[in-house]
Amino acid sequence: MTRGLWIALATLALLPFASHSQFVANLAMLTAISAALGQAWNIAGGFGGLTSFGHVAFFGLGAYADAILQTRYGFTPWLGLPAAALLGGGVGWLMGLATFRAGLRGSYFALVTLAFAEAFRILANSIGITGGGSGILVKLHTSAGNFQFADRRAGYAAALALLALATFAARRLAVGRFGAYLMAVRENEDAARALGVRAVRVKSAALALSGALTALGGVLYVQSYLYIDPPTAFSVERSVEMLLVAMIGGAGTVAGPLLGALAVHAIADTTRSLVATPGVAPMLYGVVLLLIIGFLPGGIARFVTRPAHA
Amino acid sequence: MALLMPALVGGLLTGGVYALVALGLTLIYGVLHIVNFAHGSLLMMAMFGAWLLAAKFGLDPLVALPLLAAIMFAVGWALYRFVIGRVAHGDDRAILLATLGVAVVLDNLALVLFTGDTRTIETPYALQMIQAGPLLIPLAKLIAFACALLLAGALWAFLALTDTGRAIRAVAREPEGAALVGIRPDRIFALAYGIGIACLGAAACLLLPSFYVSPQVGGVFVLVAFTVVVLGGMGSFPGAVVGGLLVGITENLGGLYLGEDLGPICVPLLFIAVLLVRPTGLFGSVR
Repeated sequence: MTRGLWIALATLALLPFASHSQFVANLAMLTAISAALGQAWNIAGGFGGLTSFGHVAFFGLGAYADAILQTRYGFTPWLGLPAAALLGGGVGWLMGLATFRAGLRGSYFALVTLAFAEAFRILANSIGITGGGSGILVKLHTSAGNFQFADRRAGYAAALALLALATFAARRLAVGRFGAYLMAVRENEDAARALGVRAVRVKSAALALSGALTALGGVLYVQSYLYIDPPTAFSVERSVEMLLVAMIGGAGTVAGPLLGALAVHAIADTTRSLVATPGVAPMLYGVVLLLIIGFLPGGIARFVTRPAHA
Repeated sequence: MALLMPALVGGLLTGGVYALVALGLTLIYGVLHIVNFAHGSLLMMAMFGAWLLAAKFGLDPLVALPLLAAIMFAVGWALYRFVIGRVAHGDDRAILLATLGVAVVLDNLALVLFTGDTRTIETPYALQMIQAGPLLIPLAKLIAFACALLLAGALWAFLALTDTGRAIRAVAREPEGAALVGIRPDRIFALAYGIGIACLGAAACLLLPSFYVSPQVGGVFVLVAFTVVVLGGMGSFPGAVVGGLLVGITENLGGLYLGEDLGPICVPLLFIAVLLVRPTGLFGSVR
């Protein structure tokens, strides 16, 4: 059953390459980025139970790292990728150490991540290196060396690569030793500590990994839109979308965020083709989230796969 | 100095309304032990309610206050009874996510109903100033401050002196014990949630003469409200009042010394600092 699901997902992922439509490729790219970001959130929020409301902090940091390095210092955006990952990972690690040492869990952790994202947004809006409120414009110059592609299908391939990386990481968590520590801390932190798991380190490492992957998503964003400003880089809506994708698909499962991204984009695109009013689609996400929490806590993945640890 | 005093007084006055917003939040936390992330969005809804009553029916917000508080009580009661209480099954993370889901629905519902425009109302007292020594105090803010503290006092008296108030406090302490003496905790939960949201109805009427409303306003207030509550101590009544005033002042001093762009960073930084250094807040007890 699970194998069938992965074959179906892989086939679906390859289909847009067969089409010459830039519209289809763009849609596929956006869905893949959503899935990758949802998977990154899932590593901390699903496997680690670290419900973050402010994951966009990492996205924005990655986006700005990439944009600043190439516009101010003339580095190639290919260098933006490791730089963003290091920054996102480093900030995730430090944020984890600070908050978990202070004993913040659950709702408090969710709120503190929201506050971090907001603090970064205000900072980006008021300091010089980020261009303040007017943001940073990256010069259009499509070439592989510039990591800018005229054909959206290449952008889609980059997004798929990030998705594959994040999904590989999630898969390692699901079967590996570190993931077992992480899930043990999620289920019962005191018991895990008693067994010798260093909970603060494990959780911080998960947040670092998740932050690094999320930051890479920020780089992909900048390279496709060639523009970043504080409200886009640190929008609450994007934090919520990452959480939605993972929760709707099934938090703490490897396939969940992929299914979640498909579901969320299916809702968004159908709604948009039916009603033009902005707000209708996100309102439906909220309703779906409530329904999922109330009636299907395991998310869509529960339908398709058997629970791993039932 | 010439700038400091107006900033302090202005912050204090706004802080009074923050205190009222935070009282609702801290009451909900104290009784139900849930973090109501929908608080900002519900305040935004209430502000649109006050705006509708003023713009379409010509009702002054201060006159509309009891009506809107009653409406918001009903909204809160029903929301808990039919959505949050139903969906969450008592699991902390599920409750938090359910309140987030409610916030997402409300924010976007407002966007659908009212579009993203910011709206304000005009009241005869909006621009009036009162001379107090060297200070000019905006009348609307002074009225809001006085009403907010008055309502906070009334709420305190209700919880301290009435039977229903005692029942709410009993459930907050010991839901099972309260059930044994004939109190029905599920009813008290919906009641307390309703009262917490009614505070937002009142706060919305006090805010609107000097603030604007837009669908995004909930996001602005949610962090402020949580900062107040965490600073004062989650679940603490005097904490919410003192915290409200302190956050109001902090915000204004931040704007004064750090400028309009960087100033707003004070609230999230204060929030992070309190949680990292003293998570129990000023008046909170150790859990």
